[in-house]
Amino acid sequence: MASIVQFENVGLRYGTGAETLSDITMSLNSGAFYFLTGPSGAGKTSLLKMLYLAKRPTRGVIRLFGEDAGALPRARLPGFRRRIGVVFQDFRLVPHLSAYDNIALPLRVAGVHESDIEAPVREMLAWVGLTDRGKAKPPTLSGGEQQRIAIARAVIGRPEILVADEPTGNVDPDMAERLLHLFDSLNRLGTTVVVATHDFHLLNRIPNAHMMRLEKGRLNDPTGALRNPPGER
Amino acid sequence: MRFSLNPNAPDKRLLDESRRTRAMTWIMAIMLFLTVLAGALGLGMFTATAQLDRQLAGRLTVQIVEPNTQIRDSQAAAMVAALARVPGVTRATEADRARLAELLKPWLGDAGLDPDLPMPAMIDVEMRGGDVGAVERAARAIDPNARIDRHAQWLAPVRSFMSTMSWFAVGLMLLIAAATATVVLLAARAGLDTHRDTIEVLHMLGSTDLQIARLFQRRIAFDTLAGGLLGSGAALGVVWFLQSRMGALGSEMLSGVALQQRDWFLLLLLPIGFALLATFAARISVLRALAKTL
Repeated sequence: MASIVQFENVGLRYGTGAETLSDITMSLNSGAFYFLTGPSGAGKTSLLKMLYLAKRPTRGVIRLFGEDAGALPRARLPGFRRRIGVVFQDFRLVPHLSAYDNIALPLRVAGVHESDIEAPVREMLAWVGLTDRGKAKPPTLSGGEQQRIAIARAVIGRPEILVADEPTGNVDPDMAERLLHLFDSLNRLGTTVVVATHDFHLLNRIPNAHMMRLEKGRLNDPTGALRNPPGER
Repeated sequence: MRFSLNPNAPDKRLLDESRRTRAMTWIMAIMLFLTVLAGALGLGMFTATAQLDRQLAGRLTVQIVEPNTQIRDSQAAAMVAALARVPGVTRATEADRARLAELLKPWLGDAGLDPDLPMPAMIDVEMRGGDVGAVERAARAIDPNARIDRHAQWLAPVRSFMSTMSWFAVGLMLLIAAATATVVLLAARAGLDTHRDTIEVLHMLGSTDLQIARLFQRRIAFDTLAGGLLGSGAALGVVWFLQSRMGALGSEMLSGVALQQRDWFLLLLLPIGFALLATFAARISVLRALAKTL
């Protein structure tokens, strides 16, 4: 499988403080499933932010879809971001928009005609089991429902990479397993999935998933996923 | 995001309307009210100045100061004939003596009607184009002591004042336009702060800066247009009222200040012009602010 993301000696520093992430070198293969684990404060969210282009590295090189992401001009960032679906740790749903409109947002941003939006949004609502909650606004939804809307929004544009930051942090174990099942089904359709979690119970639920572990801003590779392409393991 | 003028279009819901205040609309209403008043003053003054120029530019009075009435009358008759032949002179007539006596009555009483009272002969001359120097030469050929008063000369201070007022009004309009642009910049920045979370999400979903800027510029354009129409309407009402009051005064000079059809049309364009200015200012402000983010 081809590499879709490459980090080479990447470091990230906020302001003038110590490096939050140091010497991150990794390669993510297209169509694979990755877990990113590590204790709180290890730098998981920071790493994901660089992955979904919310942060530029302070050193090193990130190659995304074959291009140096650090050198991309601002004008090209939207095009790259549309190829990446993100499930934020705090969902980041737009509170004054309905669940339907939140899910439709990536399509509207991409300029899809309104008549071509309804069917995929309805499909997504059904996929996450919230068919009857389309008109509800996020503040009236439970944590699990908000999480599923966030996932639907992240995947409706058929992204090449799905990045999820602690997607099961606010839901009960049953819901966590259901969400993970959604990620797995998306991965089977060919999307590269990166899930950051510190919930070790989840790691065994996806048999083919690879695990990366961050500790104190440095990356360990307990499953060897980063050294060996999944197909060769 | 596709943009339409449909009030229920989905992109109109992207910015939280419940956080919207009407302050911008009212500020714009006040701004346009002042601008239209200043504009009306400026246009009125420009019109009046032009009218004054037209009226005075070719008007002069030739005085023949001759105590001997026979000589004076013969000089006056010769002067009228000579001046009428000067190229550019459209009219040369001697002022009616009875009318002059009437004008002097407040100072001289009935004595002004005495035919023996030495009064200068006054010849009104109107020109269209032509050379005033030629008139002077023709007049002095008949009476070397003839006095020539150019009307424009003694109304020069009035004209200067009106011209100053015109440019003052233009300056006032530019100042208000600058203040409007500044208000829009501040409103756009405040809007960015208010909707920061939504904008971050839109950015992460792949929105371009232009798409986000359009959301703000359209909202500010609508607010400015709505406020502008309100303020302009009120100001035009005030101008119309003042103009009708001035017309009732019957003053020739004040009636020159009256706005022409073209002036009313120009004033009606002001809210549209300000809406465009606000749109442009909002676009620049939002794009500059977004350029500082990733």
